[in-house]
Amino acid sequence: MIINHPLLGPRDASEFAYLGDAALMRRPDPKSETAADDFYRYQYLRENTPGEHRELWFHEQGDRSWLIVTRNISTHEITKVELATDVAGPAS
Amino acid sequence: MRYSALKIFKEAITGHKGWTPVWRSPEPKSAYDIIIIGGGGHGLATAHYLASKFDGKNIAVLEKGWIGGGNIGRNTTIIRSNYMLHENEAFYEHSLKLWEGLEQDLNYNAMVSQRGIINLFHSDPQRDAYVRRGNAMILNGADAVLLDQDGVKKQYPFLNFDNSRFPILGGLWQPRGGTVRHDAVAWGYARAADSKGVDILQNCEVTGFDIRDGRCYGVQTTRGNISAKKVGVAVAGNSSRVMAMAGMRLPIESHVLQAFVSEGLKPVIPGVITYGAGHFYVSQSDKGGLVFGGDIDGYNSYAQRGNLPVVEDVCEGGMSLMPMIGKARLLRMWGGIMDMSMDGSPIIDKTDIEGLYFNGGWCYGGFKATPASGHSFAHLLATGSPHETAKAYRMDRFSRGLMIDEKGQGAQPNLH
Repeated sequence: MIINHPLLGPRDASEFAYLGDAALMRRPDPKSETAADDFYRYQYLRENTPGEHRELWFHEQGDRSWLIVTRNISTHEITKVELATDVAGPAS
Repeated sequence: MRYSALKIFKEAITGHKGWTPVWRSPEPKSAYDIIIIGGGGHGLATAHYLASKFDGKNIAVLEKGWIGGGNIGRNTTIIRSNYMLHENEAFYEHSLKLWEGLEQDLNYNAMVSQRGIINLFHSDPQRDAYVRRGNAMILNGADAVLLDQDGVKKQYPFLNFDNSRFPILGGLWQPRGGTVRHDAVAWGYARAADSKGVDILQNCEVTGFDIRDGRCYGVQTTRGNISAKKVGVAVAGNSSRVMAMAGMRLPIESHVLQAFVSEGLKPVIPGVITYGAGHFYVSQSDKGGLVFGGDIDGYNSYAQRGNLPVVEDVCEGGMSLMPMIGKARLLRMWGGIMDMSMDGSPIIDKTDIEGLYFNGGWCYGGFKATPASGHSFAHLLATGSPHETAKAYRMDRFSRGLMIDEKGQGAQPNLH
């Protein structure tokens, strides 16, 4: 698979480390009353349905940026690549 | 029809005119006592044990394609019970015992061949870990033998013993491990279940569950609605997809695992070898092909094909362990979809929906588990309580902190 890095252009997927569903960026609030259950769902449960999947890839052998790759996991076709920092916005 | 040597002889001299289809192709009934979704190894085994051991009547197996077309036909056919954690070891040893009596039980030649499996070690700490694992196996009634370098050399003189970076110091040998003809497992279970009246419904895809007030009353399929008192799901690889129709999210990601077969060669590898310094394992099929594989590709996938980096990685492992493999030509390769669970261990449990039961999360250990998985799932469906050896495979173990994490990798499915 070739991942079209927004800054570096097309890079081979073997340069990257894979983390998983981009939903992992939305960490639950640890102060919430339902925190224990929220963190269980966050840590262990996954949508994992076929078709389009937004997922986190780390450019370990490159510029060490986190990317959000939109990929069809039924065909491996990549349709969109974004910098995770662009999606997350400035740190609060 | 009972198979026997005499039957083969009789058919041979009468022109093979007496063979009949091995299972029926019935029309779906409108209602069953128990429906099993998934006509793979685990689903068919479940149906067989329900009918033969738990006196189950009025059972159907629903398969979206043809039976045995999924992972039971896409694996590397290895059976073993060399786990360390008690929750796993007791279960897989139960499975190995069922493999040992499988052909007599099914009256079907599944070519169960206990040719032995060796896990090689390459450092002192790895040796210590294997000694510990071997002891755990023996405590659970399995067999384990620690081999030194000479012991490995005696069985596999062609391995690369000169490798100075990863020297082969010895191996943990399970003589009762081995291989089984994978397709024959599906066909044998199907034939045995069918002969006890189980309806095997192929080309019958489940499109929805009939769930009302927290209870499952049946399923909608491409061949009409079918009601059932109990529904068991055994669709590993597609578990999340099917259970999403029941409104459930699972502690599972689907990943692709590749496997490879070389051209047919003369007998050279008597048993199964696993490399301890890279992810590579190999055995030789009865047709002569070297059957080998390695790691999962490492990203979510429902495509039954992988990518080249893992091919390279597996071939490097093979060349490092047994350089002579470089002379063999690759005949074919394929990918299967694995239910990678969050702790690397499976789930066999009731769900929160009454009458709906789940069996999945087999990672890449599903084939060797087939008989025990079927037997335990049948036990759960028939009696409502988990089988002795499958008690730990609960759905809620993640929320209760009772993970069965053989590798100690945490909730990282692509690392298990």
